[in-house]
Parts: sequence; structure tokens; C-alpha cells
Amino acid sequence: MTHQIRAIGMFVAVFGLIAITGQTSSWNVALGIINMGLISAIMALGVNMQWGYAGLFNIGVMGFVALGGLGAVIVSMPPVNEAWAAGGLRVLLALVVGAGTIIGAIMLWKRMDHGKARGLAIVVLLVAGFFLFRYIFDPAVDAIEAVNPAGTGYLGGLGLPILFAWPVGGVLAAGAAWIVGKTALGLRSDYLAIATLGIAEIIIAVLKNEDWLSRGVKNVVGVPRSPVPFEIDLQNMAGFVTTMRDWGFDPVIASSIVVKLCYATLFTAVLLLLIWASQMALNSPWGRMMRAIRDNEVAAEAMGKDVTGRHLQIFILGSAICGLAGAMMVTLDGQLTPGSYQPLRFTFLVWVMVIVGGSGNNWGAVLGGFLIWFLWVQVEPIGLWLMDTITAGMADGSALKAHLLESAAHMRLLTMGLILLLVLRFSPRGLIPER
Amino acid sequence: MDPINAIVALLNFVIIPATAYGAQLALGALGVTLIYGILRFSNFAHGDTMAFGAMCTILVTWLFQGWGLSLGVLPTALLALPFGIAGTALLLIGTDRAVYRFYRKQKAAPVILVIVSMGVMFIMNGLVRFIIGVDDQNFLDGERFIISARTFREMTGLQEGLAFKTSQGLTIVTAVMVVAALFWFLNRTRTGKSMRAFSDNEDLALLSGINPEKVVTYTWIIVAGLATIAGVLYGLDKSFKPFTYFQLLLPIFASAIVGGLGSPLGAIAGGFVIAFSEITVTYAFKKVLGYLAPGGWEPDSLVQLLSTDYKFAVSFGILIIVLLFKPTGLFKGKSV
Repeated sequence: MTHQIRAIGMFVAVFGLIAITGQTSSWNVALGIINMGLISAIMALGVNMQWGYAGLFNIGVMGFVALGGLGAVIVSMPPVNEAWAAGGLRVLLALVVGAGTIIGAIMLWKRMDHGKARGLAIVVLLVAGFFLFRYIFDPAVDAIEAVNPAGTGYLGGLGLPILFAWPVGGVLAAGAAWIVGKTALGLRSDYLAIATLGIAEIIIAVLKNEDWLSRGVKNVVGVPRSPVPFEIDLQNMAGFVTTMRDWGFDPVIASSIVVKLCYATLFTAVLLLLIWASQMALNSPWGRMMRAIRDNEVAAEAMGKDVTGRHLQIFILGSAICGLAGAMMVTLDGQLTPGSYQPLRFTFLVWVMVIVGGSGNNWGAVLGGFLIWFLWVQVEPIGLWLMDTITAGMADGSALKAHLLESAAHMRLLTMGLILLLVLRFSPRGLIPER
Repeated sequence: MDPINAIVALLNFVIIPATAYGAQLALGALGVTLIYGILRFSNFAHGDTMAFGAMCTILVTWLFQGWGLSLGVLPTALLALPFGIAGTALLLIGTDRAVYRFYRKQKAAPVILVIVSMGVMFIMNGLVRFIIGVDDQNFLDGERFIISARTFREMTGLQEGLAFKTSQGLTIVTAVMVVAALFWFLNRTRTGKSMRAFSDNEDLALLSGINPEKVVTYTWIIVAGLATIAGVLYGLDKSFKPFTYFQLLLPIFASAIVGGLGSPLGAIAGGFVIAFSEITVTYAFKKVLGYLAPGGWEPDSLVQLLSTDYKFAVSFGILIIVLLFKPTGLFKGKSV
């Protein structure tokens, strides 16, 4: 019982902090924090599944989040018909050739007898496949990117409602997780870490450079948000404007608050569904098996549990949730900006959320998501204020004062590191520990 | 057919840059592998340690430049290097006392130490950005080239130029000296031997009266030296930007793992394997093949296997291949 009271107290405190922000600065900012907090909480749930339930060390969260974002673009953006006519099918054919080559190589590895012949056959197949792939792929890409490069220059998407994109983002991330898991699970935990770190960097590199797919650093803007209205549409609705005036609100501010509230409702529904499902899973025989594997792999294996298989399963599940969160984030931002994916922000910050909140506890992960996101946003103004206070006595125009004021923006990383280390030292099981 | 020009072009664009880059990676990977061997965890803060060391050196370099001190044709940074190492060593020993020692006493699982090193990474990253900012810093002075492309062309009368930068020559010479000194230290001195004993079998080492805290302190000092030298050489060769040092983490870990985590010799081999494959795969061979092909057969395309933006994919691919087929690495590291 005391556990629950403590947990509820923590949540009340965090939302109290956000409410204070709403009162003192603006409700727009506070709702912004809540919306990203909801998405962060979902990412933290995904990582918590992998780390908290199963002890898997995934530091490629950024890659899965970005793949989810790509899912949102592929599903919801309108298709660019000229680009499809120019080279869409050829690109697909090239991708099939590429995948076929790799599958063929794996088949050869499995089917042929050990020896030089096998090695030679695989090398020949891979080299031939690679050149065939490039032969089909390169001209197709050039053709696609030549179609109105300033406006589109990519294949576009399927033009479906954005809500479909969320599960699709999850599926894309799950696919990548399957590939990583198949190769790196079953090896040491550090190796999985390095492998996921690598795959995340590669995914970002693909998003940045494959303009035919994601427009690269030119960004995809104007991702539709079909269930949620646009601010400008609300402001043009006579009924909305008069109602808000009657209630005593400025219609422009009210419109953006209403939009944010709509998002918050949608995201909360997803989060609640996920928490319910994860809690059910955690308390089921499956969840107990997972924790048994985490706490003693050898014993679990001796009891006949398929450790690597279960690890693969939960690795895919957790990554899919990160992908879902990534698709939601692109929906919220209305754009995919591959250049903005930074490992410190999208991988390590999520880890801080999980550790601070309490690994192994879903509610802890959610709390960590909100709290750490709140701090991430608020540390900058606090740092600036701190620097203002420190430098108040210094002479204007002194180099040190200018430098200190300018550096306040970098307080964030320092603070996050400090919080992580302090929690690990003094409360290693997090704010809401696993029971 | 013009094989001499082809060889010169290959040297200029592939072999020399890859050797320098490989030496930088090897020095970084040596630090990672030493920490893994003796403190038994993968240190994710290593890239940022390199950045911190390079930053300390840059600050002292600026001070010296302000005083008018210089080494003539060599970069002033060499003079500042010992101070950078000392600063980094102080930071690392301080971090060990304040952070890592607690978990060592508790005999915490390695993965906890990895997460702790993530926290340290955040703090060091923040510290570097706080002190020097996120921008590019160029601190190379002295003579830029040992041989410039133009001099080479005038000397030999060849069509292709060969540029050999001071920073590249410096990197190779320094790396050879540092590695020789490190191996001498590990194999010949009493402290070095106790470090190896501690890495091979901790219990036995403790029983023979080796002081673990002393071993750990020496390890951090050596790691500070390696990381600072690697960071400064990389900064001289390319340029200093805190974020690129964070990104070096992947090739450095790939080098250490490919060579076999915990094996110093492996770290060096791994560094060169990764560097050469990264540069070979992302280099456009049009020019070289153009010289080699018989008349009329010159390639039209760039003959570039992967665009340079995918260099991470190369280190990653090699890492995966080694992990799948030889999980202990080329030189039999500790890990399974």
C-alpha cells in the first residue's frame, strides 16, 4: 500500500511541477511538455521492456524511433506519381535483388558443406548481387530525385490516414530489431550494445542520404494530422472564435491549446493501452519467465526455457514500441527532420528516464519519461537564470561573463549526467522500484 | 596504362590517410581495451575523454601561442600535450574516486558500470561543450606539409601529386613511439606486469599482494595519456569538434572488438583493419582504375562502393562479420 501511495505522490509531484510551469509561463508550454512527455513515456516503456524485464542493453533507441518516423512519412504523405513513374518500380526491384542476394548468401552458408567452395560461392554471389543491385538502383534513384527536387524529389507515401502510420512505424522498427537481434543476441551484453549503437547510426545515415526515400536533409514537412485539426482552421471557424471570446480566451492562443489537447488525448489513450498491456504481460506467466531469465539465465535455461528466443521476442516488442513513439512524434511535429536525430537526445536520454524512473517497473518508466522530459526542457532557462545570478556582479563586456552566459545552454547534458549518477548511487532501483 | 601514377594516387588518397586514421583508432582502441581488461567494463565515456584531453591541450596551446612559444615547423600542440595529459589524468582519477570506486567495492555487474559510464559520458560531454563550445576549433600551426602535392609533382614529373601532411607523419611517428613505450611498460616494468597479472586473474593477483587501487590508478593515467594523444592527433589531422569525438566511439569499439577486447595487440590490428576498410570502401576508384585500364577502357562512373556518409556501415559490417564468425576477435580477447 505504501508503495502505491509513494508512486501516486511522485506522479502528483511531477504534474504539479508541470502545472506550475503552466501558471508561471504559459499553458501552451506546459501542454507541449505533456505531449512530448507522453511520447517519452512510451519510448521509456519500450526500453523498460528490454532492460527492465529482460536485461537487454539496447542503445540504438534513436534508430528505432527514426524508423517509426519514416513509417509515418511512408504511410501518410501523398504519393508522388511522376516519381513513381520515373523509377519507383525499379527501386523496388533493386531492393528485392539486394535482399535476395543476402538471403541467397545465408542459404548457401546453411546448405553447402564447410569448405573453400562454400566461401567462394558466397563471395561470388555477394559481389555479383551488389553490382546488379547498384546497376538497377543508381539510375532509378537519379530519375526519382530529378523529379521536382525542390518540392518533392522522393517517392512520397501511400496517402493513408496518419493513425495507420503508428502501427506501421512499430512494424518497421520491429523488422530492424529482428535483423539486429538475429545477429547480436546470444552474444555478450556489451556486444548487443555496440551492435544497436551501430545500427542506429546506419539508420540515421540512410534517412539523411537516401533522398528518394525520405528527402534526406531537405526534410519532409507537412505530414498530415488528419484526426487533429489545424490551428488556422479553428481560427477560421466562426463558431470556435465566438465561443472562445464568450469564455474570455484569445482565439489564437485557444486554438493552439485545443490542438495540443487533442494530441494529448490521443497520446494518453495510446499510453494507457500500452501500460495496461505491459502490466498484463508483466504479471502473466510470460512476464515471470522473462524475469526468471533476467535474474538467472543459466537456471532458466536448465528449466527448459528458450533464452535466446525469448530475448529476441522481447527485443522486437520493445523496439516496436519505440518505433510507435517515433511515428507519433513525427505526427506531433508535422515533419521528419533526419538531421535532428541525436544519440544523446534520443537514446541516452531515454535511458536516463528508465533508470531514474525505476527499471523493471512500467509506472516508473512513465514517471521517468515525464520527469526527465520536464527537466530537459526546464534546465535551460534555469541554467540561464543561474548564470545571470552568478555573473550579476561581473563587469559588463567581460569575456568570462559573455562565455558563461553563452554556455548556459550546455547545462542540460551536465545536469542529466549528474541526475543519472546520483540516482544510480543513492537510489539504484529508481524512484518507483520494481516490487 | 600508367601504374606509377596509379600507385601514387592510391598512396595519396587511400594508404596514407588510412594509416594515419588507423593509428588514431588504434590509440583510442588501446584505451578501451585496457579499461576492459583491468576494470572489466566497456567505457562509453571514452570518446568524450578523448575530446576532453584534446580540449585541455588546445587551451594550453592557445596559451603558449599567446606567449609566442612555438616548436618551429612542428605544431605547438606537441608542447602542450603533457599538460593536456595531466589534466585528463586528474579528471579520470577524480571520476574514478568519486564514481567508479563505489561500484568496484560493491562488485557491481559490468553492465551497471557501463550505465554509470553513460552518466560520466553525459557529464564530460557537457563539460567540454561548456568550456570550449560546440564549434570547430583549428589549432594546427607550424609547417602544414612534409611534402605538398605540388612539390612532389615538380620533383618527380608525375601527373599525380602526393601530399604528406605533417599531421599524418606526426600521427604515425607518435603512434609507433607510444605503442612501443606501452608494450615496454606492460612487459618489462613491475607495475606493468602487475597490471597484466590483475587483468589475467584478479584473485590470484590479489593473493600475490598486488594493490588493486594502485593498478587501477595507473590504468587511468595510461588511459588518459592514450586518449589525449589519440584525441589531439585526430584533432590535428582533421579538426576538433566535440560531436565527432562522440561519433568516434563506434569505430573505436569496433576496432577493439574486432581485435579482441582486452588484447592490446588486437586493438592495434583492429584499428588498422577498420580504418583501411572504411577508406577503401568509401573511396572512388575512378582515378586509380583510369590509370590502370588499357586505353579506352577507363570507367565512366566513380567506382565508389559506398558513399562516404556510410562509413559507419563499414565498421559496423566488419564488426558483425567478426562477431558472427570469430566472437573472441582476431587476437583471442577475453570475451565470449
